[in-house]
Amino acid sequence: MRIALAATCIADAMFPQAPRAVVTLLERLGHEVVFPPAQACCGQMHVNTGYLADAVPVVRNHVRTFAPVADGEWDAVVVPSGSCTGSIRHQQRMVLERAGLDQEARAATAVAERTYELSELLVDVLGVTDVGAWFPHRVTYHPTCHSLRMLGVGDKPERLLRAVDGLELVPLEQAEGCCGFGGTFSLKNADTSAAMLQDKVGHVVGTGAEVLTAGDWSCLMHIGGGLSRGGTGVRPMHLAEILVSTREAPVVPGERQEVAR
Amino acid sequence: MSDARSEILSRVRDALGAAAPTPARIPRAYRPAGEHAAGSDEVLDLLVDRLEDYRAHVHRVTAAGLPGLLADLLGGTPGRVSGRVPGAAPARGARSAVVVPPGLDPAWLAGLADVDVRADTRDAPLAATELDEVGAVVTAARVAVAETGTIVLDGEPDQGRRAISLVPDVHVCVVRTSQVVQTVPEAVRLLDAHPERPLTWISGPSATSDIELDRVEGVHGPRTLHVVLVR
Amino acid sequence: MSTFLGMPAARGGSAPDAAAPDTLAGVGRPDDPLHWGASFPDAARTALANQQLRRNLGNATSTIRAKRARVVGEVPDWEELRDAGSALKADVLARLPELLEQLERNVTARGGVVHWARDAAEANRIVADLVRAKGTDEVVKVKSMATQEIGLNEALAEDGIAAVETDLAELIVQLADDMPSHILVPAIHRNRTEIRDIFLERMGDAPPDLTDVPRELAMAARAHLRRKFLSAKVAISGANFAVADTGTLAVVESEGNGRMCLTLPETLITVMGIEKLVPTFDDLEVFLQLLPRSSTGERMNPYTSMWTGVTPGDGPQEFHLVLLDNGRTTVLADEAGRSALHCIRCSACLNVCPVYERVGGHAYGSVYPGPIGAILTPQLTGEKSDLPYASTLCGACYEVCPVKIDIPSILVELRAREVELGGAAPDTSDRVWQAAMKAASFAMADGDRFRRAARVPRVLRAISRHGVIRRLPFPGSLWTRSRDLPEPPRQTFHDWWERRARQARQEDER
Ligand code: SF4
Repeated sequence: MRIALAATCIADAMFPQAPRAVVTLLERLGHEVVFPPAQACCGQMHVNTGYLADAVPVVRNHVRTFAPVADGEWDAVVVPSGSCTGSIRHQQRMVLERAGLDQEARAATAVAERTYELSELLVDVLGVTDVGAWFPHRVTYHPTCHSLRMLGVGDKPERLLRAVDGLELVPLEQAEGCCGFGGTFSLKNADTSAAMLQDKVGHVVGTGAEVLTAGDWSCLMHIGGGLSRGGTGVRPMHLAEILVSTREAPVVPGERQEVAR
Repeated sequence: MSDARSEILSRVRDALGAAAPTPARIPRAYRPAGEHAAGSDEVLDLLVDRLEDYRAHVHRVTAAGLPGLLADLLGGTPGRVSGRVPGAAPARGARSAVVVPPGLDPAWLAGLADVDVRADTRDAPLAATELDEVGAVVTAARVAVAETGTIVLDGEPDQGRRAISLVPDVHVCVVRTSQVVQTVPEAVRLLDAHPERPLTWISGPSATSDIELDRVEGVHGPRTLHVVLVR
Repeated sequence: MSTFLGMPAARGGSAPDAAAPDTLAGVGRPDDPLHWGASFPDAARTALANQQLRRNLGNATSTIRAKRARVVGEVPDWEELRDAGSALKADVLARLPELLEQLERNVTARGGVVHWARDAAEANRIVADLVRAKGTDEVVKVKSMATQEIGLNEALAEDGIAAVETDLAELIVQLADDMPSHILVPAIHRNRTEIRDIFLERMGDAPPDLTDVPRELAMAARAHLRRKFLSAKVAISGANFAVADTGTLAVVESEGNGRMCLTLPETLITVMGIEKLVPTFDDLEVFLQLLPRSSTGERMNPYTSMWTGVTPGDGPQEFHLVLLDNGRTTVLADEAGRSALHCIRCSACLNVCPVYERVGGHAYGSVYPGPIGAILTPQLTGEKSDLPYASTLCGACYEVCPVKIDIPSILVELRAREVELGGAAPDTSDRVWQAAMKAASFAMADGDRFRRAARVPRVLRAISRHGVIRRLPFPGSLWTRSRDLPEPPRQTFHDWWERRARQARQEDER
């Protein structure tokens, strides 16, 4: 399959190891990955903060960039983020319609219909749960709210994790509780966000896991920031970073896969 | 002042706009009825389970056994004396009195000869303060819902005014097994023949969860609910 | 009316906080039940500092969440019931004028009197006049959100009429001179010990040896209210449902205080929002399944009363129905937000909300707290509000709402409205956000611009230690106060991809 990657703005700038892992993983599974360089952001931050007019050019750029998937040039778009996938699927059309851009709203729908969050792509589209990974560590999984409720990815990420050789998956208490990130919520309501984070960090530490994983670096950045501040030693890693790890090319938790300049 | 009406109605019309939303088509894919017939063993067992979950007292008797059971339950209300010596008159006093609606089957009360039984009717109602002096009430019911453990009274002569099943501290409610349906929709569709009747849906004794969401049975309504299922 | 102006710094005491955990005094009664107190972030901060409150809320909400999940799980057709409930409410709004007139006709035909009130003041006046006409100065009340919303008790007090709340939690709130903090369990912020202390200090006839066992507390309330029930001439209630095609009203409750009020007094006055209709009697079969399981987590609540006008010889012989607008038609006019009027006030969304669970109801500064409050309050008042931002958009509310109100989407719509209001009359914070969002929009609407912008965080590497940044200047400090920020990478993904592609091309050429 020819799969276009939407890296997401936050991972592109801050956590490039996740989209890099997606590329390596999909290529290992025998697929071709395309990265349309005109991409920037899906517009979620603007939409969720209420800046719908400012979201319009951002959303248009995304839709224009990924429009070829609707024409069959690529088979699918993959996004290593539940909340960005959710925004693409449930918000972009609304933003364009409100701006009176009906034709582009239709294009947005066509793109969204072929856009998948990573675990959806692997399990539903590519039909794999065992991706041949090896990761001999104790791991706990936080189902991010938008993956869970907006997309309904269900237990797909856990199925992928359970198939990883050597990995010990430990359940997270109150896993479905929000970590308190909520994008700009973490700034506008910093105290409440911190209180929610504190509880989540407590539950993560309670698992005794070495690694916390999720399908979204935005929530991971939040929980990871709390884990780091608490000196817990638990490492946040994106699902893709675990799935890409093999015996031949193991990924070591906490070791940033820096790339030389 | 009468204009509040027309003003609100016109605000509503304006709010809906010229292109008022089209009335919705209601998807009714939910269960209109349960899989078990009214009065079937499955339905009765379910009702009993639900009622006991609410800490209601459930008794299953035949029609012939009903008067004896009622005598047992009401002979010494409150503080029911089980193993009452036959013929020994229970302590007299207002609190041991029993109120009944006018249309209750008199045969049910055959065992209550030595109990102060007071009839209450719409034409000659007991005052609320008088009802407060009465210890218990016996009523029939209109329908019962097994899945939710609910009994519905509709104020007909065998059930009486709403106040009589409310103020006394013990409510003995007699339900014929044929009146027990499985689901809420079955009950509603039965009641819709007379929606104008005052309806009281009762699911267990009065209760509150207002303190730390901890359920406590027995607040203002009857603190004890006996449900008698008569085959 | 309340003795203070503006915000309830509280009357006769300070708001509960960590420094004074034993205070019984509540937050006081505000002038505007839909808008009081500090801003949400500030009120939340105060609430978060109150450890007792957080424990009370945490225990209560986790209990009710588990109960709800259990009884909802046993209903095989729960989703079908939600679909029907949602469609029925949409249908009611679409046909509201016709259904209201039908309700009025049917109530009138059965001996009831229907009144219409455009706003809180008009509703309060109608009720006060009706009570005065009965020559009494005390009324008993069933818990009702509508009468909380219009501040009826305070209005009656100004007319010399004492309104006695008879719901246990409302009684606790009333005795403590407090505000409700939950739709269903208004005293959820109080634990048993606090309730015992409130009863001992303020009920007047509480047994001196009262313990904090819930059963004993409930019995004390029973004894306290019994006399009032038996002697009350007028009762005031709300309504959970009003059936247009029969004129039937329904009140769903647990304790029996509702039955007492609806049955014993000679006169009953019911105040109801105009959206509380259901089209037909049979439609109750849907809501009587959805409501109890969603609210108290019971298969059915202990008591539901239904009455149609006046029944000669049984119950109140005089019945008044007050139909209340008070901002509802404004909500209705907003297509995106109107489904907030579907709400059946079950409070499931509060119980699952991670924000509500931590900050409690008072932080919302409205009688409608939690997720539904965050969408309903600003729509009812039409004022600028920070409530639409009081959510992470986690979606837990939408998932449990029995009438499928898409609260997260409405929150986003309302945020857009806030941005518009902020654009018209910006304050400093608005200006900062506007500038930031404009800049971000510019940078993120184009691949090349984004590629350059994405390299900017790299400058922070200079201040990172051991791979993390622990302190940033404002506004970054809002983040780093509680969390670290990882060190930004040397190379963005865009740059990595380009370099890789270049290398691949070079290899091809070789
Ligand atoms: S919005 Fe939905 S979940 Fe919340 S109180 Fe209303 S009906 Fe219940």
